[in-house]
Amino acid sequence: MSTRERTLWIVAGIAIILYALFPIGWIVSLSFKAPADISNGQFLPTVFTWENYSLILTGDASELFLPALLNSFGICLIATALACLLSMFAAYAIARLDFPGKRLILSTALGVAIFPVISIVTPLFNLWRQIGLYDTWPGLIIPYLSLTLPISIWTMSAFFREIPWEMEQAAQVDGATTWQAFRKVIVPLAAPGVFTTAIIAFFLAWNDFVYGISLTSTGAARPVPAALGLFSGASQFEDPTGAIAAAAVIVTIPVIILVLIFQRRIVAGLTNGAVKG
Amino acid sequence: MASVEMRNIVKKYGDGFPAVNDVSLDIADGEFMILVGPSGCGKSTLLRMVVGLEDITSGDMVIGGKRVNDKAPRDRNLSMVFQNYALYPHLSVFENIAFPLRLQKTPEEEVRKRVTEAADVLELHEHLERKPANLSGGQRQRVAMGRAIVRSADVFLFDEPLSNLDAKLRGQMRTEIARLQRRLGITTIYVTHDQTEAMTLGDRVCVLRKGNIQQVASPRELYEQPANLFVAGFIGSPPMNFLPATVTNGQVKFPFGEFQLDERRAQAVGDRELVLVGVRPEYFEDASLVDDAKRDHGVSFTARVDVTEWLGDSQYAFIPFDASDEVTAQLRDLSRELDSDQLRTQAVVSIDAASRMREGREAEFWMDTRKVHVFDPKTGENLTRDDEAGAELTRLATEDREAQVEEARSRI
Repeated sequence: MSTRERTLWIVAGIAIILYALFPIGWIVSLSFKAPADISNGQFLPTVFTWENYSLILTGDASELFLPALLNSFGICLIATALACLLSMFAAYAIARLDFPGKRLILSTALGVAIFPVISIVTPLFNLWRQIGLYDTWPGLIIPYLSLTLPISIWTMSAFFREIPWEMEQAAQVDGATTWQAFRKVIVPLAAPGVFTTAIIAFFLAWNDFVYGISLTSTGAARPVPAALGLFSGASQFEDPTGAIAAAAVIVTIPVIILVLIFQRRIVAGLTNGAVKG
Repeated sequence: MASVEMRNIVKKYGDGFPAVNDVSLDIADGEFMILVGPSGCGKSTLLRMVVGLEDITSGDMVIGGKRVNDKAPRDRNLSMVFQNYALYPHLSVFENIAFPLRLQKTPEEEVRKRVTEAADVLELHEHLERKPANLSGGQRQRVAMGRAIVRSADVFLFDEPLSNLDAKLRGQMRTEIARLQRRLGITTIYVTHDQTEAMTLGDRVCVLRKGNIQQVASPRELYEQPANLFVAGFIGSPPMNFLPATVTNGQVKFPFGEFQLDERRAQAVGDRELVLVGVRPEYFEDASLVDDAKRDHGVSFTARVDVTEWLGDSQYAFIPFDASDEVTAQLRDLSRELDSDQLRTQAVVSIDAASRMREGREAEFWMDTRKVHVFDPKTGENLTRDDEAGAELTRLATEDREAQVEEARSRI
C-alpha cells in the first residue's frame, strides 16, 4: 500500500469514527451540563457538573431510575438465560433430527421475529390485565422471549450445523449417552455460539421500549427505556434533558462492558455464522 | 476380543435403495479384515452398522456370540477411528485419549496409567498437553488411534483412517497400524478404497460392489485367483489388462496373436465366440530380455508402442489394440465402475527398466501365458479360476495369522 493510499484510509477511518461517535459524545457532554447550560449552543459544557448524575442516582429522579435499572437487569438477564437454554435444545433438534414440520418451525420463528411488536401489544395488555401478569416481571419476560427466541434459534442452529456429526458419533462409540455427548462435546464446541446468541438476545431485550412502556405502570416492573420517557424536569417548563442524557450514559455502560468482554467471541461467532448455515 | 458374524445383512434407505444387500461375513477373533471397493459400494455403511451408528434393515449382526442389532453404540464395546479423526477440539490430547475412560468413571490413577501406556505405544508423549488444533495430520491420526486403543474394546473399526494424509505419511501410518494390530491381536475391521492398504494390511479382504460381496479371500488369492472381472480389475496397480479373444479347442486368438491354454483351463472355458483374457502387466516382457528357460512358457508378438513410462526401477509401455464397439463399451463401463479413468483400449505392459524400447515404433514383446485368466464378458465370471489353489493361498495366510496372534498373546 502506498503512503498516499494509507493516508486516505486513515483519514476516511477517522471521519467514519467521528460520524459514528458524535451522537454518543454529544449525550455524554449533555449529561455533564447544568440545566442553564443545555442550550448554550456549544458542544462542551461551560461548567462541568455531576448534578445530573446525582439527580438520577440519589436525587428526585432516583425513585424512578434505580428500580427501573434493577428491573431492566433482572428481566433482561432472565429472558436471555431462558432464551439461550430453550433455543439450545430447539436448535440442536433442528440441526440434528429429521422430523416433520422442521421447516415450519424455522419459518414460524422467522415470522415471529419480523412480526411488528406494536400489533401484539394491545391484545397482550388486555390479556395480562385479566390474568394478573400486568406490571410484573414475568409479564415482560414472556413477551421478551418472543423477541429473543426466534433470532436465538436461528443463530444457534447455524452453529450446531457447523459441528461435524462425527464428533457426536465418536462420543457415542466411546461410550457416551446422547445426553453426555450433548453436554460434554456439543455444548463446549458450541460455546462461541451460545455467547453470541446470549449477547444478541440481551441487546434485544435491553433495548425494548414498546413492551416496557405498555405493560407496566409502576416501579414494580418498569424497565429503564420506559422510565426515561417518564422523567420530568425540575419545573413544568423545564425539559429533563440533562437527566435523560445521564441515564442514557449509565444504561450504555453495561452494554459496552459486555461487548468488550466478549468482543473476540462475538466477532468469531458472527463470521462463523456468516460463512456457513 | 471377539469374533464378528454378519448374517444376511441388508441396509435399505428411505427410497428403497439397498446400500448393502444380503451380506454375510464371518470375521474370526483377532483377524484383520479389510472392506474394500470403489466409492458407493456400501463398505462404510456396513462398518457403521457394525458399530451401531446405522440401523440394520434386516439380518443379524453378531459380535462375540451376542446379537447386537438393537444395542446402542455405547453398549457394543467397540472402538472406532473416523476418517476425519473426530477429535474433541476443546480437550487436550491427554483428555481426548482419556475420554472413553472418563465416561466409564475410571479412577484417576488408572486413567493416567492407561493413557500413558497408549501414548507410549503411539509416541505421543511430548504432545499430551497440547490441543488437537496444534497437531500435524499424522499426530492427530495417532491421537484418534490412542482414543481407540486406550480402552479394552472387543473390535477395532477403522473408517478410511489414512485418506486425509499425504502419501509419505500414509505409508508410515499403514505400517504403524499393522504393527499395532499384530501386537494387540484384536479383531479389526478396516474400510478403505485404497487397494494398497487392502493388500498390505489385511489377513483377508472383502471386495464389495454395489452392496454385494464379490469375493472374500487373502490378498494373494484375490490377486492370483480373482472370482470375476470386477475383482480382477480392482486389485492390482496398474490394473489387469482385459483383451477380447475367441477360444476354439483351447486355442486362444487375441489381438496380439494366438496361444494354447493348458488342459484344465481349456476344459473350463470350452469353445467360445467372445471372451476377455485377463493378463497382469507383469506377465509381459520385452522379448529380447526374456530368459531362454522361460521363453517356452509364453508367446511372442510384435506390436506398436504408444507411450513408455520409465520409473527407474520399472518401466511401463502402453500398447493400443483394436476391439469391437461392444467390447470397448463394456471395458469403459467396467473402468468407470472401478473409479479408474482409462479411456482407450490399450494394454499396460510392465517391461524391464533396462529395455530401450522406443515410443511410436514396433517392438517385440513376450507374454507369459501360464497365469492368464479367461473371463466371460457377459457375466464377468472368471472361467479359469482354480478354487483349490485359491483356497490353499488363503489357508496359508490364515495359518500365518494364527501364529502371529498366538505370539501376540504369549507376549502379554
